[in-house]
Amino acid sequence: MNPEQEQFRSSLHSLLAASDVPSIARAWAAGSCEPGLAMWRKLADLGVTALAIPAEYDGLEATATDLVIAFEELGHHAVPGPAIESVAVVPSLILSRLPETAADPAVARASDVASLASQWLPRFASGETLATLAWPPHQPFAVDAHIAALPFGGTPGETVASVDPTRHLSHIESEHFIGGRNDRAFDLGALACAAQLTGLGQAMLDLSVAYVQQRVQFGQPVGKFQAVKHHLADVRIALDFARPLVYSAAESLAPQDISAAKVAASAAAQLAARSGLQVHGAIAYTREYDFSLWLVKARALLPAWGTASWHRNRLLESL
Amino acid sequence: MDRLSYDAAAGTTPSATASAGEARGDAARGVTPGFRDEVRAFLSEHAPHGLPSLDTAEGNLLHREWERQLYDARLAAVSWPAEFGGRDASLMDWLTFEEEYWAADAPIRVGQNGLFLLAPTLFAHGTAEQLARHLPGMARADDVWAQAWSEPEAGSDLAAIRSAATKVDGGWTLHGQKTWSSRAAFADKAFGLFRSSGERHRGLTYVMFELRQPGVTVRPIEQLNGETGFAEIFLDGAFVADEDVIGEPGEGWKIAMGTASHERGLSLRSPGRFVATARRLIALWREHGSDPLLRDRVADCWIKAHAYQQHTFQTVARLNAGGHLGAESSAGKVFWSELDIALHETALDVLGPSAELANRWTDGYLFSLAGTIYAGTNEVQRNVIAERLLGLPR
Repeated sequence: MNPEQEQFRSSLHSLLAASDVPSIARAWAAGSCEPGLAMWRKLADLGVTALAIPAEYDGLEATATDLVIAFEELGHHAVPGPAIESVAVVPSLILSRLPETAADPAVARASDVASLASQWLPRFASGETLATLAWPPHQPFAVDAHIAALPFGGTPGETVASVDPTRHLSHIESEHFIGGRNDRAFDLGALACAAQLTGLGQAMLDLSVAYVQQRVQFGQPVGKFQAVKHHLADVRIALDFARPLVYSAAESLAPQDISAAKVAASAAAQLAARSGLQVHGAIAYTREYDFSLWLVKARALLPAWGTASWHRNRLLESL
Repeated sequence: MDRLSYDAAAGTTPSATASAGEARGDAARGVTPGFRDEVRAFLSEHAPHGLPSLDTAEGNLLHREWERQLYDARLAAVSWPAEFGGRDASLMDWLTFEEEYWAADAPIRVGQNGLFLLAPTLFAHGTAEQLARHLPGMARADDVWAQAWSEPEAGSDLAAIRSAATKVDGGWTLHGQKTWSSRAAFADKAFGLFRSSGERHRGLTYVMFELRQPGVTVRPIEQLNGETGFAEIFLDGAFVADEDVIGEPGEGWKIAMGTASHERGLSLRSPGRFVATARRLIALWREHGSDPLLRDRVADCWIKAHAYQQHTFQTVARLNAGGHLGAESSAGKVFWSELDIALHETALDVLGPSAELANRWTDGYLFSLAGTIYAGTNEVQRNVIAERLLGLPR
């Protein structure tokens, strides 16, 4: 990470740490999205929503490493909203369909797509509008279509509940875009998801480490017991070895590397959730305590943008 | 005993020169241009295959001969200064050498205790005279080194060491018993900690001593695999000259902890070893019909081997920027030791009923089982991670 990237991370962290994201997330889950949208506008001011958008559409043309940094922070603070869709997938998908960049001319519906780009990308870059989409079969539902644009068409139909109450899922009715197997936009979604999962996992580890030092049982902090230490040491190991895969995948953008990153980050986040809940005890099993916000978001993202099984299979086929 | 015969390297033979992808990665990481190709060409021409185990008398000699060939090609210890037989290569070049070495399925390094554990300690704490006297023989495998740490009553609790170093004129005499001493059955020399005073940590002195001298009795111990990979060492008045104390007397614990982080970390188990094994596992799985029930485990082995590799690249970048190897090496030790077992257990499951037959995977499996015990048990490492990386109370 270069000094500018360190600075970017630290600005995002400062903003989110000062924003009381847990309250914003609970309001978002209850249907009051305004505080969350205000926070997204602040994230846009720091450039988050413009990362994957070229300069000609008012974007930052940032690297995938910048994207990973942003998503780690979004995960770390359990930010609600269609982040992967708005910041990574939709812009990248629009761009990949432009006639000059499309790998397959058949999918480049030139006039449609060019107008899509000029119509939407500047609005995404500025943070004026968030975006979402469904990508069946991997993402059968659109996230938060009630507050986000659907540039690839369709109308949100029946809503369904997610395990993460901040994710408002809807069926998308009528004709809708279906992406290809090795689509770059899909991979960027998987990479962003992997980064978000490592951030979620890190936050759950941090919360757990803090909690076991203050919770006293048998006359000592429970963090002194080896059984507790070893749970948390394993979480630290899993995160330490997932993160380099996420960053090296951002460098190479090779599908096999992104698959490896997604599998490792999912496993690390899952372990952080399970072990974190265990060392907290019943307090973390409540909605009132913040840990639950991270736990259910991780659970929702584990199968998102390619299940672990799908990514393992793709990886082996590519070797 | 019959060996199951199959070509575990099928489909994994590297091309004669680095692929475009490898060359790009090497350039990005600052690997010396042409180095990978040179190593690959040398190993493909010279590396012997199927040597008897280095823990047999015959195999030990043949492994030493192979190390001499490496030394003559200045490949025995590429990161060392040229005056000791190295080529002043960067850590990244050394990792590249290791990748090629394991991909070529070249013999296990008989000199590894000296090369990977003692040498880093000597570079950090030894005198110029010690370096000049010990390193060239170590690199040529004229001297094979054994470790002498554990004792019957000092395992995980290493500071409980009782074997004594007593000051005499011009040096020290050693009394006591060491055990689980790797390579001691066929080694020439040993290094380890001895008690020179009563203070638990500050009473330990780090010495190097000849195994072939009066007052030393080595009793080989047969391991799980039937070979004598380690031994007991009985000491009854063996002599160590003052010149063979590393650092000052009483500083041994501090110095040894530095060695321990090398042992746990990249110098003992470079990622090339696991990346090459993961590739062989995938080839084996395909050869045996690509059982979908084992697919996820096979993929996870590859993913973890690459995670260890990328993590190591990150560590090297940190070291190059002036950082040092600290408690993070405990996380690496747990990770690689569990990965090694997973690689071999998965391979044995791929082999199915024929996995019972002694073969390279059963050999590797039995070897891997020791990994969670030596170099500090994984339980001790998890305590270190929890206390020193996470800050939990002791």
